[in-house]
Amino acid sequence: MEWLDLSPEEWNAVRLSIKVATWAMVASLPPGLLIALLLARGKFWGKSIVNGIVHLPLILPPVVTGYLLLLTFGRRGPAGAFLAEHFGIVFSFRWTGAALACAIMGFPLMVRAIRLSIEAVDRRLEAAAGTLGANPIWVFLTITLPLTLPGVIAGMILSFAKAMGEFGATITFVSNIPGETQTLPSAIYTFTQVPGGDAGALRLTLVSIVISMAALIASEALSRRLGRRMDLE
Amino acid sequence: MTVAVDIKNRLGDFSLEARFESAGRLTALFGPSGSGKTSLVNLIGGLLRPDQGRIAAEGRVFVDTQAGVFVPKHKRRIGYVFQEPRLFPHLNVRSNLSYGRWFTPKGERHDDMGRVVELLGIGHLLDRRPSHLSGGEKQRVAIGRALLASPRLLLMDEPLAALDDARKAEIMPYIERLRDETKTPIVYVTHSIAEVARLASDVVVMAGGKVAAHGPTAEIMQRLDLLSEEEIGEGGSVVDMTVSAHDESFGMSVLHSAAGEVRVSGLGTPVGASVRVRIRARDVIIATERPRGLSALNILSGKIASISSGNGTLADVLIDCSGQIILARITRQSCHALALEPGKPVFAVVKTVSFDRANTMSGVKPG
Repeated sequence: MEWLDLSPEEWNAVRLSIKVATWAMVASLPPGLLIALLLARGKFWGKSIVNGIVHLPLILPPVVTGYLLLLTFGRRGPAGAFLAEHFGIVFSFRWTGAALACAIMGFPLMVRAIRLSIEAVDRRLEAAAGTLGANPIWVFLTITLPLTLPGVIAGMILSFAKAMGEFGATITFVSNIPGETQTLPSAIYTFTQVPGGDAGALRLTLVSIVISMAALIASEALSRRLGRRMDLE
Repeated sequence: MTVAVDIKNRLGDFSLEARFESAGRLTALFGPSGSGKTSLVNLIGGLLRPDQGRIAAEGRVFVDTQAGVFVPKHKRRIGYVFQEPRLFPHLNVRSNLSYGRWFTPKGERHDDMGRVVELLGIGHLLDRRPSHLSGGEKQRVAIGRALLASPRLLLMDEPLAALDDARKAEIMPYIERLRDETKTPIVYVTHSIAEVARLASDVVVMAGGKVAAHGPTAEIMQRLDLLSEEEIGEGGSVVDMTVSAHDESFGMSVLHSAAGEVRVSGLGTPVGASVRVRIRARDVIIATERPRGLSALNILSGKIASISSGNGTLADVLIDCSGQIILARITRQSCHALALEPGKPVFAVVKTVSFDRANTMSGVKPG
C-alpha cells in the first residue's frame, strides 16, 4: 500500500486546503448570520437586490466570480489597493485570497441554511420572552440563536465543504502556487495535467472523500445531539 | 385602579373601541370569539400598538398616543399567559421558570421560586424538558414562568381554551389561588361563562369590538341580554355564601347567605369557608305562596324588584331576597297569570345550585 503515502507536497496541499476552508467558514459566519437575519426578518427597500447579490456566486460561473475578485481585490483593484495600503492585507496570489474566494463561493449556502432555520423559529416564543422582560438583543441571544443553532451548524458545514471543493474562482483569483495557493482541487488538477500523475490524483481524491465524509458525519452527529436536547414540540 | 383602558384601534376590517376601568382582583374580558378580547389584552401587554388612546395599569402609563408614550413590552413588567404554553423548548422547566427573573430588578422580585412551585404543584417537573409535560402541566409551568417575572399585572389569554375538561378542572383551582393568595391583579380573557362565574371579581363584556358592559361579576351575570343564544341558559345570579354546617345523616351541606339558607349536596369544604354559587335564571321557579309538597329544598322569600320583558315569550324577573338579587327567567304568560309586578312578595324556588365544580374561594387547598 505504499502508493497511498502522501508526498510532502501533497501533504502541503491537504494542510493548506483545511486551513483555507476553516478560515473561509469562520470568517463568513458573522456576516452570514447578519445577512441571514436581515433577509429572514428585515423589511427594507432593496431586500431582493441584497438577496440576489448574496446568491450571485451560486449562479455565476466560478471563473467569473474569480475574475471579479481579481478586479476588485487584486493589487490594482480598488479594494485590494486600499486594504494593502492601509492595513497591509494582501489577497492576490496568497492563501488569504484563496480563503476569500472560498468564503464568497460558500456564502450563499451558509446564508440560506441559517436563513431557513431563523424563519422556522416560532415568533410567538420571542414575544413570550419579550413579555418576560427580555429586550430584543437578549431575545435573539437566548431564544432565537439557540433555536437556530442546527441551521447555523449546517450552514458552517456546507461552507466548509464548498471551500474544500472550490476550484474555479480560486485558481482564477490566486492561481495555483504550490505551498501558497495550491489547494486540494488545484493539486488534483495539476496531477491530471502531467504524465504519470494518476496515482497522486487518486491519493488526493481519496483524501478529499475522507475529509468531506468526516465533516458530514460530524455535522449529523452534532445536529442529532442538539435535536435531542431541544425536542421541538 | 388596576387597569384603565381607553383606546381606538383598527386592524384591517376590524375596529376596536374600548373604554373601561377595573380595580378587581381578577377582571374577566368576556365575549364571543372575534369580539376583540385578545386584541385588547395584546394592547395592554404591548404586543400591539393602538392607533390612539391611553392604557394605564397599576398607576403606570403604558400607552398615551397624545403624549407620545409607548412603553415596549419588555419594560412593562406584565406577566402574560398565552392560550398555548409557549415554553422555550431548549430550556428545562427550571430554566423556563427562572427566565423572567434575570430581567427583573433585584429589589422587585416579590415571588420566590419555592413558593410559586408549591402554589402550582410543579415541584416534580423542574428537571424535565417541556416536550415531556402534559398539556395541563405545561400551562401550569407557563403560569409560574409569568409569575416569577414578578409582574405588576398578570394577563391570561384563554389559558384553558386549548385544554380538555379534565385539564381545565386541574388548573382552575390554581388560578383561584393566584387570585386569592398573590398580590398581582389579573386580567383574564375568556368566552366561557363558567370560568367568569367561578373566577372573576369583575367582568368586561366585549361584543363586536366594543365594550357592551362592565361591572362586578354578580351584576353582569344577571344581564341575560349580554349573553349569546347558546349561553343564555347559563346566565343567572352569582351569590357568595359561607358554609354554615354539614348534615351528615343526609350528606348535605348548609350554606348561609343574605338571601337565606340553601341546602346542597355535601361539599368537601370546611365550615366557615366561603363558596361562590351560581343560580341559573332558568332554574328558578316563582310562587306567590309558600309552596308545599315540593321536592325542591331551597325556597327563598323576597319581593319582586323589577320585571323586564320584551316582545318575546320570556320575562326576566329580579327578586330581592333581603338584599340579595336572584334572577328568574319565566314565560311572559306565567308572569301575567300570577299578576307579578314590582313590590309583590314572592317565593323563589331554586331547582339547582351550580358550583362550576367544587369551588372554594379561599383558604382551602385544591385537591
